[in-house]
Amino acid sequence: MEHQTKLRVLVAKPGLDGHDRGVKIIARAFRDTGYEVIYTGVHQTPEQIVSAAIQEDVDLIGLSCLSGAHLFLFNEVVRQLIEQDAGDIIVIGGGIIPEEDITRLKGAGIKEIFLPGTSLDEILKWVEENVKPLSQRGGSK
Amino acid sequence: MTVELVNRILEGDVRTAARLMRGIEDGAADAFGEMADLYPHTGKAYIVGITGAPGGGKSTLVDTLITTFRQRDMTLGVVAIDPTSPFTGGAILGDRVRMQKHSTDSGVFIRSVATRGWLGGLARAAVSIIHIMDAMGKDIILVETVGIGQQEVDVTRLADTSIFVLTPGSGDAIQMMKAGILEVADIFVVNKADLEGASRSKMELQAMLGMKSGACEEWEPSVLLTEAVNNIGIEELVDEILKHQAFLVSGEGMEKRRKERARLELTEAIESSLKDYIDSNVDKAFLEKLVDDLVQRRTNPQAAASQIIGKSIKR
Ligand SMILES: Nc1nc2c(ncn2[C@@H]2O[C@H](COP(=O)(O)OP(=O)(O)OP(=O)(O)O)[C@@H](O)[C@H]2O)c(=O)[nH]1
Ligand SMILES: [Mg+2]
Repeated sequence: MEHQTKLRVLVAKPGLDGHDRGVKIIARAFRDTGYEVIYTGVHQTPEQIVSAAIQEDVDLIGLSCLSGAHLFLFNEVVRQLIEQDAGDIIVIGGGIIPEEDITRLKGAGIKEIFLPGTSLDEILKWVEENVKPLSQRGGSK
Repeated sequence: MTVELVNRILEGDVRTAARLMRGIEDGAADAFGEMADLYPHTGKAYIVGITGAPGGGKSTLVDTLITTFRQRDMTLGVVAIDPTSPFTGGAILGDRVRMQKHSTDSGVFIRSVATRGWLGGLARAAVSIIHIMDAMGKDIILVETVGIGQQEVDVTRLADTSIFVLTPGSGDAIQMMKAGILEVADIFVVNKADLEGASRSKMELQAMLGMKSGACEEWEPSVLLTEAVNNIGIEELVDEILKHQAFLVSGEGMEKRRKERARLELTEAIESSLKDYIDSNVDKAFLEKLVDDLVQRRTNPQAAASQIIGKSIKR
């Protein structure tokens, strides 16, 4: 049990809104799935999120944003990850996000967007199927 | 290959260091060899352990300590340990929330670590993670342990200065006596001094410490009051840490502690090598047979263990 690759996930809330109920529920669900979850709290800047993710060597970043600034904030996280040679960390997002933005976010490299009303199970299933620990992903360094 | 990796870590490359830490935690095959190559470059950082009851304000204190040490031009590594859930194997590592404002400071490296079934308030990988931060050139390494009552004494064997955090009127005193913390902590902090009963807690603690007999060349632990949320008392705490460091360096204390730590690491390495060796080399059927023999009382645990260890050592 000690020596085992475990998925490490960072959950963060960029932007101005301070409602962290949703991310806390997600954090707990991830823990109950057996992941190690680093929670960084509310009002995070993309810089803070990216450097925390790199220091913590996470495989996945989950962002939640209800303030409407998701387009800039989410894209900025992905851009800075790539800039720091950490583009292999997968980013997903959740929040009230209009249809046309979803396409743009995915185009920018956000792997998946979960809208309000998505069940926890759906999210967990997606992660299970799409996120492997970085060390087990073939090819990428 | 590892030369390159070692150099990158010595230059302070965060991603490389973070990955090696992960490799150690996950038991990746090459990580241990890499650690071995890094080892000669460690032993320079000053290690401060912070322990105490859950919710006492350890992480908030660490946050303010980072700020104050940074103002004094020192760089830091932080190892923040939280428990792994025994039911799911997962963990929520929440200490970092309180320190996030230092996330983008290149002089600070914060790493959250789950215990992964390890007792004693530490994590198996903690020592290696400390070494990696040390090799990166961090001056001070703060280790926040899991507050779990009687078992947090382990960190004191790892740290140069051990800080114990308690809160006013929490009645921790008796607990502390039982856990033997009075004997091993170097600095006591009554945090949340804005709450009622802080000075009384301080006096009680001082009285208890006074009961402890000590030779006159011994370090006398002090009791400090802090309000981590209000950044009060932190300068004094940093002064006290540095005073303790100076005390250790001027006497034999430092060498003693480093020796104790080396011994701990050696014991640890022997135990885990032996365990790994047995896991991968001792015939499972033979092990099962011994288990059955034990159930039937045809042998006893000590004799059975000797049979296995005898086999392993002879090769
Ligand atoms: N009143 C008061 N509250 C404080 C003080 N310092 C910290 N706290 C609060 O105490 C709570 C716990 O603080 P943490 O820093 O997370 O405590 P901790 O010991 O790291 O907690 P665990 O890691 O969960 O064991 C938070 O709500 C802090 O805001 C203080 O000086 N006064
Ligand atoms: Mg804490």
